[in-house]
Amino acid sequence: MSHTHEHHHDHTEPPEAIALRVKALESLLIEKGLVDPTAMDALVDTYQHKVGPRNGAQVVAKAWFDPDYKHRLLEDATAAIAELGFSGVQGEDMVVVENTATVHNVTVCTLCSCYPWPTLGLPPVWYKSAPYRSRIVIDPRSVLAEFGLIIPDDKEVRVWDSSAELRYLVLPERPAGTDGWSEERLIELVTRDAMIGTGLPKTPGDEA
Amino acid sequence: MNGVHDLGGMHGFGPVLTEENEPIFHHDWERRVFPLFASLFVGGHFNVDEFRHSIERMEPAEYLQSSYYEHWLHAFENLLLEKGVISTGELQGTAKPTPPTQPVTVLTPDIVETVVLGGASSRAKEPVSGRFRVGDRVRTKNLNPTTHTRLPRYARGKVGTIEIAHGAFATPDTMAHGLGEQPQQVYAVRFSATELWGVARPDSVCIDLWDNYLEAV
Repeated sequence: MSHTHEHHHDHTEPPEAIALRVKALESLLIEKGLVDPTAMDALVDTYQHKVGPRNGAQVVAKAWFDPDYKHRLLEDATAAIAELGFSGVQGEDMVVVENTATVHNVTVCTLCSCYPWPTLGLPPVWYKSAPYRSRIVIDPRSVLAEFGLIIPDDKEVRVWDSSAELRYLVLPERPAGTDGWSEERLIELVTRDAMIGTGLPKTPGDEA
Repeated sequence: MNGVHDLGGMHGFGPVLTEENEPIFHHDWERRVFPLFASLFVGGHFNVDEFRHSIERMEPAEYLQSSYYEHWLHAFENLLLEKGVISTGELQGTAKPTPPTQPVTVLTPDIVETVVLGGASSRAKEPVSGRFRVGDRVRTKNLNPTTHTRLPRYARGKVGTIEIAHGAFATPDTMAHGLGEQPQQVYAVRFSATELWGVARPDSVCIDLWDNYLEAV
């Protein structure tokens, strides 16, 4: 499995110093009438509670369940995803790429940290980190191995570097042994990492 | 610009460190930085390309040592200072805050859902023709502008194939510098690992590139 650590050394200043800087800027912008703190609260609430990888899981499960939907999703991902009510900021123009027997897709943004917010929520720290952004394009197989994913030597790893305003979602292959499953049951197999491409869906019996 | 942000293909950063049950925000201050982007964007104080370019201009060592939301904080402070929306004195608390001289749009709670679900696509409103078709072989130019670009260093002077024609989008190279949208076709261009890295693997990288980053092969 991938490495984990308990404490993130991800800031240059003590948190208290950053917090003061943030407070100074926010207070100034409020005092000047440029931002409304209640709108800021509503934005945080949206991304903490309403937007997340459960949205993307619904898209993937529907594509597995409904061949017509899958066709629409691969033809015009933005419209097909909007059918389920997911759209907007950092997902204005979507592309879905399908894993097959011969291609495994994985996404990155090497230049910043672009990520499909409407379907996956806000990105995890590792997706935004220098190790992931630097290595996944030049050495994808060792990165995927750190996530526990070994890709056969003859299968293509296709990395999508989202350098423009398109946002990518990976459509993983439907796990074997799920014939006859309902869409609702299939949702439970879809993980965030499977939709980034650093993981695979859960398999039947593993979904709890 | 050939900045520190352009990380693709670099060595030495170590393993990818994941966190079990990662919270959406790690600190309360991140909860106050995150919503400033949408608030200030709706206010028209900067566009996303100016925002990215501001982060790219961070002092390189500081960029690498600081977190995603620290990058955002840096961009907000610097863009608002550069554009004269706030003053150094106001930010440091040594000058009394003055109200804006022009009427400003303020993001209010009643329009948050509309803004979030609507977004702000940079897709061109009018059709713009492109020079290439799916399947065409192209070479990326060897561009090294000191200004903003979205052509990563690892993909300059490389031959690839047009995989997807995405349609026309505003050009970040001009948007970041007050030179307008100047929309162009954007293509997903697929490069083999052999072409990019000189290795014999069946792998590839697809990169979204604007028409004028490319030349016919």
